Amino acid sequence: MTLAFDLLLALTLLWSAWRTLASPDLSRAVVMFIVFGLLMTLAWARLGAADIALAEAAIGAGLTGALLLDALGALKSGAPSKEAP
Amino acid sequence: MSAFARFATVLLAALFATTLVAAMFNLGAPTVDLPGAVAAQLTHSGVAHPVAAVLLNFRGYDTLLEVAVLLLALLGILGVSHDDGVTTPTPPGEPVLQALARMAVPFMILTAGYLLWVGAHRPGGAFQAGVVLAAAVVLLNLARVLPAWTRPGLLLRLGWVSGFLIFLAVAAALISQGHLLQYPPAWAGALILLIEVGLTISIGLIMSGLFLLLTERQTSP
Amino acid sequence: MSPGLIYALAGALLFVLGATGVIVLANLLRKILAFNLLGSGAFLVLVGLAQRDGGTDPLPQAMVLTGIVVAVAATALALALLRRLHRLTGQTRLPDEKEHG
Repeated sequence: MTLAFDLLLALTLLWSAWRTLASPDLSRAVVMFIVFGLLMTLAWARLGAADIALAEAAIGAGLTGALLLDALGALKSGAPSKEAP
Repeated sequence: MSAFARFATVLLAALFATTLVAAMFNLGAPTVDLPGAVAAQLTHSGVAHPVAAVLLNFRGYDTLLEVAVLLLALLGILGVSHDDGVTTPTPPGEPVLQALARMAVPFMILTAGYLLWVGAHRPGGAFQAGVVLAAAVVLLNLARVLPAWTRPGLLLRLGWVSGFLIFLAVAAALISQGHLLQYPPAWAGALILLIEVGLTISIGLIMSGLFLLLTERQTSP
Repeated sequence: MSPGLIYALAGALLFVLGATGVIVLANLLRKILAFNLLGSGAFLVLVGLAQRDGGTDPLPQAMVLTGIVVAVAATALALALLRRLHRLTGQTRLPDEKEHG
């Protein structure tokens, strides 16, 4: 029974990773990456690694997600530097 | 990348994946009993949680180098971030978000302190506590309560290096006694706590810096 | 077929997916995303294989904890370099990467 849950979680992990790389829209790709990070947290919890689950939730989904979203915003609005040549 | 190179890469990757999967099904039993070895030495390590014992005592050298790598990444970001003087006008902060941030941050600091303390007995520890602190700082910046860091002051720089320096000082003090990072068993718990406090502050500030040094978000006037 | 082995297999596939993404994708932000997938796959393999017979092993868990922190530092530095490149040239691809060919 629990093996079915693990199998399902592993398949969803792989699906979200595929969607991260294959989404034509970059913001959708970043959101799928955050989803991937949260699913990884579940996987770590299933493996009995509570320290890693805490760290993955905070770092992988939280901090990396914030960094990526911020970079996405900067890449969309930024223009080449306006310094004098 | 040409279509042929792309196709060849995907084909090779599929081959590699099949080899990996086949290898994983054919592994023999482990020859070395690592959990048993850790459990045998746990009482002498100064903490009660095996992962904390491995991180800060048995493999403390790896943790020392890890903090150094974090510092190096921060230095790299400091080197690349260039204050062009081009400031984009930022919209004013939303009052609900600011109120939420101000209410949540004290609880986050409390959670960080708890995670740091409980790391010796249960899952937790310096890294998780440091990252919760960093999340609190990032939340304050996103709510436009805290401005982005454009010119880091002396106190901030001291905070960045303090974790690494404390760890290095403990290692230097111990190296005269014996091998690298071999804590005397009576002092192990106290030394680990000292190192963890330094690591928490340092990791919190460095992770905040990874975000705040890049963003251009200033406070609302 | 223990949970450890299932996640180790998933980790191996994630590793290969990430590695292919780093090589094949042209957009630098996508390369960074693929690099993170690569790292996560490697971490799953580390812990999954060590725990393939059940039980928990603290040593690979500590290694993966270190690895996650180093990965976020590397990602932050990579994003800083990407933003600088975009600031200077307006591009998010390296100069020798051709368009879809």
